[in-house]
Amino acid sequence: MISNLIKRKIFTLLKVQYSNMLEYRVEIALWAISGIIPFFMLNIWTNNNLNESINISDALLSRYFLCAFFVRQFSVVWVVFSFEEDSLMGKVSPYLIQPLNPFFRYFAQHLAEQITRFPFALIIAFFFFIFNPESIWIPNLVILLLSIVSTFLSFLIQFLIQSIVACLCFWTEKASSIERLLFIPTLFLSGLLAPVVSFPAYVKSWIYLTPFPYLIDFPANLLSGNETNISGGLSMQILWIFLLFPLFKKIWSEGTKKYTAMGS
Amino acid sequence: MVQNIIDVRNLSKSFDISSKEPGLKGTIKHFFRRQTKSLKVIKDISFEIKEGEIVGFLGANGAGKTTILKMLCGLIYPSEGSILVSGYLPFRRKENFLKNITLIMGQKQQLIWDLPPIESFYLNASIYDLDKFEAKKRIKKLSEMLEIDRELFIPVRKLSLGQRMKSELLAALIHEPNILFLDEPTLGLDINAQRNLRKFLQRYNKETNATICLTSHYMKDITSLCKRVICVHEGAISYDGKLDLLLKKLSPVKEILIVCRSEEDAIKLKNFGFTVKNKIKNEITIKIENNSITSSLKTILNNFDIEDLFINEPPIDEVIGKVLIKKNYDI
Repeated sequence: MISNLIKRKIFTLLKVQYSNMLEYRVEIALWAISGIIPFFMLNIWTNNNLNESINISDALLSRYFLCAFFVRQFSVVWVVFSFEEDSLMGKVSPYLIQPLNPFFRYFAQHLAEQITRFPFALIIAFFFFIFNPESIWIPNLVILLLSIVSTFLSFLIQFLIQSIVACLCFWTEKASSIERLLFIPTLFLSGLLAPVVSFPAYVKSWIYLTPFPYLIDFPANLLSGNETNISGGLSMQILWIFLLFPLFKKIWSEGTKKYTAMGS
Repeated sequence: MVQNIIDVRNLSKSFDISSKEPGLKGTIKHFFRRQTKSLKVIKDISFEIKEGEIVGFLGANGAGKTTILKMLCGLIYPSEGSILVSGYLPFRRKENFLKNITLIMGQKQQLIWDLPPIESFYLNASIYDLDKFEAKKRIKKLSEMLEIDRELFIPVRKLSLGQRMKSELLAALIHEPNILFLDEPTLGLDINAQRNLRKFLQRYNKETNATICLTSHYMKDITSLCKRVICVHEGAISYDGKLDLLLKKLSPVKEILIVCRSEEDAIKLKNFGFTVKNKIKNEITIKIENNSITSSLKTILNNFDIEDLFINEPPIDEVIGKVLIKKNYDI
């Protein structure tokens, strides 16, 4: 049953959403460019020699921020905004009475967008290496595969967190405001602005109990070849998915009872 | 015996509505102390619908027609009472139930705006577990019935409203549901597109014996498709029965315009004992009760020299308009 779901429904959804995303290729290129915040952070770190305080070489730090850029490119999620709009405008109504949870549509939309984004991200990486030739490296195949898995798990965690917040639309109508609250810890604790290793020890011990460092810091460290606990990181990612998924299912089932099909 | 496919018992639905006074004072008050009240929009209604029936839901704006349809298809959760559709509790949205129904809302669309409709059709086909061959067959059949076979490959955004609505219908019917919930399906369409859509629905009902629940503000949709209507007034059912019975009840008399050969005949006819509405020269308009039309016409034709004769049905919109503002109709 699950294989049928993945083979037929998700694959078709992905194909259709990819065709749809290709209609927006210019926008996607701009979104890819807009994700260069890790490069700004790299500039701040290297210009102020901050890497010395955490014993990371310039090359490793460059790789870390490049990998953070890549991980961010393939794990960025906006489902809360799409669902909120669709829910308030009543667009979600036809999907609710189809034998497929509407979140699969958003899921496929995100995956299709990532596939479309891929070549643009490669071009940006190419230019990054031109300006930072010392950071060029070739990760081994196992590490590369594990990093892809880890990035996908990071995407799943973020997708689940945002889907849970999106379901709050059934109660609050403006669930995206709650997402704004989550944006701050995501920004600071995920490793987008600074590697988590740079935080004081007692702060780090708390951060590692939250899902945030597994969103960017862990996959970026893994891909860039920095020292990291691979099995521990992957286990924590899977644990968070197992914790968030039933929560999403519960909140979805309670929320749909509250749905008023506004705007339709 | 034809089975009930929809069974509704003592159904009610309430919504929490917040109200706000106008102006800055009202806004500040609303910010600190939001006042919400529970509004009962559907009040204890019961009805059954048989398999293959086409039932029209009539009512003024805000009467509760769409809310009833939304509860029947499982989109919203009822506050009280029970609904059984095809043996299922709709709000549980079981896969087999969802594969049996469809909801079409005239003002909402499910087609992907930037892609040709064929992409959305194949997507829906996979959602409803149809294989590619079967999907192709159904798309061909339905697109021929709806006369949109040439529009399948044009992006939705480039289609006219009528073509888009037909495409919506195809997308919603690809899984061949046997219960159709249609909420103002002809909204915004021109007269020809409306007529074609009605013809299609009649044909679909005839060929598949599908049950159709329909709301529309266009009376032509109701009169040409529905033998039975359910009138909804402020969330309660004010009439549930045959449309022609309702029309007879609401307009028990017909107006007949008679053109006499001479004005003398018109004067004689005026004094014959019929209820006269008006008389202009040799033309006279009389009112005759529906049950005595044949005998009255026979008398007129036998006793007067008649040049021409017209039977005027009262405008259906006017008749139905009476239903929308009245609480109860006992027939």
